[in-house]
Amino acid sequence: MSDTQSHSAILADRLEGWNRPTAIVPQNEGELLEVAMGPHHPSTHGVFRMDVALDGERVIRLRPVFGYLHRNHEKIAEGISYLASMPYTDRLDYICPITNNWAYALAVEKLTGQAVPERAEYLRVILGELTRYQNHASSIGFLIQEMGASGTPLMYAYREREKILDLFEELTGARMMVNYMRFGGCRVDASQGWLERTRKVVAGLAGFADEFDRLLSTNEILMARTQGVGVLRPELAVNAGVTGPMLRASSVNYDIRKVDGYGIYSRFNFRVPLGDHGDVYDRYMIRVLEMRESIKILEQALKEIQPGPVMDPKAKIRGLRPKAGEAYGRIEAPKGELGFYLISDGGPNPYRYRVRPPSLINLTVLEDMCLGVNVADVVLIFGSVDIVLGEVDR
Amino acid sequence: MLGEGILKGMAETAKNFFGSYFSAERLTTVEYPEQRVAPFEAARVFPFLVFDQENRDGGGPEWEAGMRCVACQICEKECPPKCIYIEKSKDKKLDYLGKAQYYPARFDIDISVCMSCQICVEVCPFEAIKMDTEYELSTDDRFGSLLLDREQLAKSNEYYHQIHPTEASAVDTRLAAEKVKADARAKAAAQAATAKAVAIAGEGA
Repeated sequence: MSDTQSHSAILADRLEGWNRPTAIVPQNEGELLEVAMGPHHPSTHGVFRMDVALDGERVIRLRPVFGYLHRNHEKIAEGISYLASMPYTDRLDYICPITNNWAYALAVEKLTGQAVPERAEYLRVILGELTRYQNHASSIGFLIQEMGASGTPLMYAYREREKILDLFEELTGARMMVNYMRFGGCRVDASQGWLERTRKVVAGLAGFADEFDRLLSTNEILMARTQGVGVLRPELAVNAGVTGPMLRASSVNYDIRKVDGYGIYSRFNFRVPLGDHGDVYDRYMIRVLEMRESIKILEQALKEIQPGPVMDPKAKIRGLRPKAGEAYGRIEAPKGELGFYLISDGGPNPYRYRVRPPSLINLTVLEDMCLGVNVADVVLIFGSVDIVLGEVDR
Repeated sequence: MLGEGILKGMAETAKNFFGSYFSAERLTTVEYPEQRVAPFEAARVFPFLVFDQENRDGGGPEWEAGMRCVACQICEKECPPKCIYIEKSKDKKLDYLGKAQYYPARFDIDISVCMSCQICVEVCPFEAIKMDTEYELSTDDRFGSLLLDREQLAKSNEYYHQIHPTEASAVDTRLAAEKVKADARAKAAAQAATAKAVAIAGEGA
């Protein structure tokens, strides 16, 4: 690097393109302040560190450091039976365990060619969409909390989330660590009373989305802080493999519920909201709109669900030994594409067990969104990615 | 108008704040140690071992004599975090079907490792292990008192009926049906044996 290169030239070089060299502390850049935000920074959603290099207020480079919550999930799963991995998947993304269960069950069902009864599919959709609703509500709450609105929107979101978690507990026995799905259906059937209570809760969800809208969507401070901040270009989003609300906020129409049509999603009528700018505000807005779409799906599913078995009686649960082969099951989890890749060698435990976590892969573009912004916005951009460290580190 | 959105949000907050004085819908918390929310019927915390009250095999305390567990060790094998430790007995005793079965000489669950997944309950073919709803279990002893032994784990069938009434009734019906079937089978076998004996006697004569 030549001595004559100016500060702004270095910065422009750094801001351009995806395949830039790994950020090195450049010389001739004046005073550079390196700050380790985390692992116990109040804004981070767990134990996560961002090493940022600051030129005044501006971010020159950012390095995400994770692994503090590594629990060896994949290797443990390769040593235990297929069934025994199911409760461990609850603990990946602990905000939405139902969808984790679903993705894993789907992968094993693909591996063994197991069919799922109709009522179980409906129950999966109902629980999955409830999970999406509460995940988006609480992730918006966290985002606003990181802007400095200490608690109010988050507590409103949690009030709503608690109603949904009560439904989960009544059905599965646990608020979060549900361990509900099985290969070939669901563990227990939902009673008529449970469905009635779910209908009642779902009827109230739209009112809460309206309340959230009135509370936040036109708030001038929120718009000033989030519009035009942390822009993610669609090309970069696609190249980096970003999925979920983050990708759709960058106006890429890709929703696995539509593309893959897993389960019975093709039967429901819903739209995929898309953003225009790919900034933090769009990501916020996409989540609010997806909450409304989830309500639509829930209403249709609760209307159409029929009595019947929830478990294939021939399905083998304990001592499952799938034929040698491989399968990849993926679903549209609230945070993006959650996939489980399994290789079986015919034994009682998988030969290879791999999780494709949306949080980790959405996090890889963090530096690109943060370069050149003020350090106060880094916290906001990080919040808008919506990650859970249990899933990032596994 | 600049600030309109903020004012609208403030109005929403005010509605929630004052609403909490009037409607139960807005007041969502309980004062925990004084008030408690009753657990759901399906709620699960840690496993316990069921024993039947009627003392079948004589000798020993009630919980030991009536324990349904036959030490088949399926739960030990299937437990995802491997927190169950079982030792099979040397001798056998009669179970509820009147069949001679082993019993656990040692049955420990390390509840500091247990993750409340209830897979042990799901795989148990003898309805012997069930999930408790007791959640206030904190102790100041890190190791000893978190490793529960047979006696601490044993809870009566009545207790099971108290915490999971629907499930327990279904289990009782199933076990009763099994007993009826086993009794019928035993009776049929006995009859066949007598018939055979009679036939042999007849042949002999």
